[in-house]
Amino acid sequence: MVDWGWSFLMAKRDLRKTGWRLILFVSAIVTGIAALVAVTSFGDNLSKSIDNQAKEMLGADLSLRNRQAIEFPEMEELAEAHALEVNFASMVLFPLSGESRLTQVRALKGNFPFYGSLETLPLEGEQEFRKGGKRALVEKTLLAQFNVGVGDSIKVGNVTLEIVGGLQKVPGQTGITATVAPAVYIPMDQLEASGLVQYGSRINYIHYFQLAPTVDLDKLIEEREEAWEEDKVRYETVASEKESTGRSFQNLADFLGLVAFIAVLLGCVGVGSAVNVFVKEKLPSVAVLRCLGVRSKEIFGVYLIQIFIMGLIGSLLGAAGGAFLQFLLPFIFMDFLPVDVNVQVSWRAVIMGTVTGILISILFALMPLLKIRKVSPMMTLRPEEGSVGFRKDPLRWAVLGSIILFIIGFSYLLLGEWEETFWFTGFVIFAFGVLWFLAIGLMWGIRKFLPLSLNYPVRQALSNLYRPNNQTVSLLATIGLGTAMIGTLYFIQNQLLDEVKFADKEDQPNMLFFDIQSQQVEGTKKLLKDNGMPILQHVPIVTMAVDEINGLTKEDNEALEDEERRSNFMYNREFRVTYRDTLIQTEELLAGSLKPYRSSTDSIFVSLEEGYAERNKVSLGDEILFDVQGRPLKTYVGSFRKVNFRRVSTNFLVVFPDNVLENAPKFHVLITKTKNDQQSADLQNAMVRQFPNVSVVNLSMIVETLEEILDKISFVIQFMALFSIMTGVLVLISSLLISKFQRIRENILLRTIGARRGTLLVINTLEYLFLGGLAAGGGVLLSVLASALLSLYVFEISFRMEWIPLIIVFVLITGMTVLLGLLNSFNILKANTMDILRS
Amino acid sequence: MSLFTRGNYFSLKAMSILKVENLTKTYQSANRQLTVLDQVNFEVHPGETLSIVGPSGSGKTTLLGLCAGLDIASSGSIILDGFILESLNEDQRAAVRSQLVGFIFQNFQLLQTLTALENVMVPLELKKRKDAKQKAMELLEKVGLQDRMTHYPNQLSGGEQQRVSIARAFANEPKILFADEPTGNLDTETGEMIENLIFKLNEDERTTLILVTHDLELASRTHHSIHIKGGKLQEAVNG
Repeated sequence: MVDWGWSFLMAKRDLRKTGWRLILFVSAIVTGIAALVAVTSFGDNLSKSIDNQAKEMLGADLSLRNRQAIEFPEMEELAEAHALEVNFASMVLFPLSGESRLTQVRALKGNFPFYGSLETLPLEGEQEFRKGGKRALVEKTLLAQFNVGVGDSIKVGNVTLEIVGGLQKVPGQTGITATVAPAVYIPMDQLEASGLVQYGSRINYIHYFQLAPTVDLDKLIEEREEAWEEDKVRYETVASEKESTGRSFQNLADFLGLVAFIAVLLGCVGVGSAVNVFVKEKLPSVAVLRCLGVRSKEIFGVYLIQIFIMGLIGSLLGAAGGAFLQFLLPFIFMDFLPVDVNVQVSWRAVIMGTVTGILISILFALMPLLKIRKVSPMMTLRPEEGSVGFRKDPLRWAVLGSIILFIIGFSYLLLGEWEETFWFTGFVIFAFGVLWFLAIGLMWGIRKFLPLSLNYPVRQALSNLYRPNNQTVSLLATIGLGTAMIGTLYFIQNQLLDEVKFADKEDQPNMLFFDIQSQQVEGTKKLLKDNGMPILQHVPIVTMAVDEINGLTKEDNEALEDEERRSNFMYNREFRVTYRDTLIQTEELLAGSLKPYRSSTDSIFVSLEEGYAERNKVSLGDEILFDVQGRPLKTYVGSFRKVNFRRVSTNFLVVFPDNVLENAPKFHVLITKTKNDQQSADLQNAMVRQFPNVSVVNLSMIVETLEEILDKISFVIQFMALFSIMTGVLVLISSLLISKFQRIRENILLRTIGARRGTLLVINTLEYLFLGGLAAGGGVLLSVLASALLSLYVFEISFRMEWIPLIIVFVLITGMTVLLGLLNSFNILKANTMDILRS
Repeated sequence: MSLFTRGNYFSLKAMSILKVENLTKTYQSANRQLTVLDQVNFEVHPGETLSIVGPSGSGKTTLLGLCAGLDIASSGSIILDGFILESLNEDQRAAVRSQLVGFIFQNFQLLQTLTALENVMVPLELKKRKDAKQKAMELLEKVGLQDRMTHYPNQLSGGEQQRVSIARAFANEPKILFADEPTGNLDTETGEMIENLIFKLNEDERTTLILVTHDLELASRTHHSIHIKGGKLQEAVNG
């Protein structure tokens, strides 16, 4: 039995003198735990707020959405209140500046939202809008972008409306949604006059219902679900909204938790490394205690208790920091939140963070701490004896196994998928491995190959990297991994933007006009020609649905076994198809061929996008019966195409041959290439003025929107990555303080034998330069690898090395290390040479 | 704890407190085997004092460590107050040290994080003595450090540190005291004072003393001396 009482007494005594050093050790986990607790607590609060505000998010008890104007008289009768929203993408024009932009126009009838409100500025804007007539509410981002305000006008289609309020908050909408499609609310009585609802327009009809509390919603849905599905109506209730929003935000919280977990792991490496130094210094005391007859278990207990106490302090500090930090998070995540988060301390998160902190500080401290069990009492007589047989200690391997299991377990807890867990753990271990090998290899290389002829300060600085009790490995790991995270984010962001900007090169199209009605084709083409723009593509589009696949109707399909059944969505969706006998630039033929349709006796062969075909178990030669606006059309799958969806172009899941759909009702898309942003803006404004129903997408708008979204996302991720960097800084500071005495001794010794302060400053600067440079270099290298893998396998874009961001990250991280190191060196350099004699 | 089972213990108390038989210690160094002690034999009776002398690297410290149960021999046997040390594992030997043995080291080996008083209390606390503090204070008074009890080792001079070390060594009322060059790190005057203190306390407490030194004058104050050279026992002096 271990005498815990005695061990505790000794631990208490030991802490009096060395406690401050252990506090330094555990300070490394403070930032990580703070991040973890903040994120978990925020996640808990968010989930609670989503639960509490789910009604406000939907704005109603039930919503029914579809693409056709269907009425629900029985529901309207049952409901206490009913509202209808008709929404679609459309251009709006601000007459004041003559500028235009693609927005989401929402025509509203009724008092939606029934829960919550359309928050406007000024406040009376909402009441004013509800009076109907030529009034509009416009998203605040739009007002800011076009420098217009309340009282100014906005042209939506053919009608010009007065802006009566800026929309501050729309039910269920986040800042990101507002960036992609800013909303413009118009009264329903203005919809027809706008002339925007035409053939081919992608219109959503959403009916909102407020129901009496006595209505059994589940029963009501159960009774009508089938009929709604038949009519391609999708329903949403408060419960389903809560579930889907909760799920997606749980994913976000888990992802952020994972980023925080990396910061915790980095801190643990710092703890492990610092405890290693601590243990090395304690070995003589351990040997004395062994001489006095103390059993190894009791001595181990003395230090384990100290680590536990410090782990507890570090974790509590971290948890407290995290509890405060979470008050900041709603501002950081502002653009992603669909609800107002009611921030309060989540004790679950605090307890989880504290337990995690203690557990990992002990786990990571155990590796070096186990050495204590193997200290020979002979060390009192022969200090060189040290600890014996440590490498063979089975407990050491058990601890290593536990660390890996813990990382896997914790990651699984956050990710919920084994495959992702193994990828994540694998990459973390790989990254640690690379940085560890780099550090070990560097120290080995210096010892083996450092030439005597090298300039003295350089040689001394390099030698310092493997001085006894050095923390080269832990610093390289923490700073390196932090750099890798920041670098990866930075590079990926650039890669994605570059990919989009690619369209600006050569003769790639960069502007697209859609919703052009057949009678407008000539006029729009003329407008392009008059402005000197080429018509790169003219794409006719016909809408249709699938009736049968290989003779199986939707009902037949439902009766099939799970593995044979296709997704119902294939039968429910509206297909927008085009017709042509050739491939376009963004397409590649993978199987079969584009078979033309020459005469009425020919079969019709269509071409499918390969991914879609695969997901829906469609093979070459399969028969598909389409319903082209009431007329059945039997076709066969003649080919599969690979489509690059990331270009400014029209891309289709189904392509028909020429000579089949020419007489079907259709609308058109024109694609052109402008020379610059000004030309794009001018053309867009001219088009909106002449053809208000035609919508325009231009590349600069896509790039702008994407940049804005990526900026918002990367701000959040960089905020989290900051914790890793801060952990690295803390490990750096603590390692500098730990080695301070040794550095003072070295510096005084060098000064005693005649080195000038300037030389010492050069040596110190070079040491931090090598350390920072190597850590940053290793990190940048890892981030290039991670970015390349993510580009190729996740985003499926080609990877291009970019040197400038790479150099920026490298210089910043190295500079920070040198700066911190030098700040610490100044009082070392000031130390008195007589001190060495006195000590 | 199987320390006091019959197999490990037999009564030879009346005969010798320490018996060393054919003791050999070898180390594996690089590709060759290094014999540090070679077939050493001697015994010491209770209350006697013995010095081990010899030049540096002769194996005297190794011999002291083996006799005190700090290490185990490659072959041969050591019987310490009836305990056959080579048959005990490290924790069992630690228990023997706690019960029977006191140590004085050349470099004092005080625990730097404990005060003088706490350093002396440790062996008493290990024996669960309720009067640990009282007894430690008495011992520090005996060595003349009544005013330095709450000082940490780095606040004490070399001589004072060694006096704390002596007080600690006598704290658990050991049957046998091992001292490794106890005056090696001290000036002549302080060294002499420490020597006198060790021998006085040893006499008062009737402890057996095994002393490693290369100071022949100090060695002459013990009942017996053995001389080691190249790991072999050369001769017994004084005895």
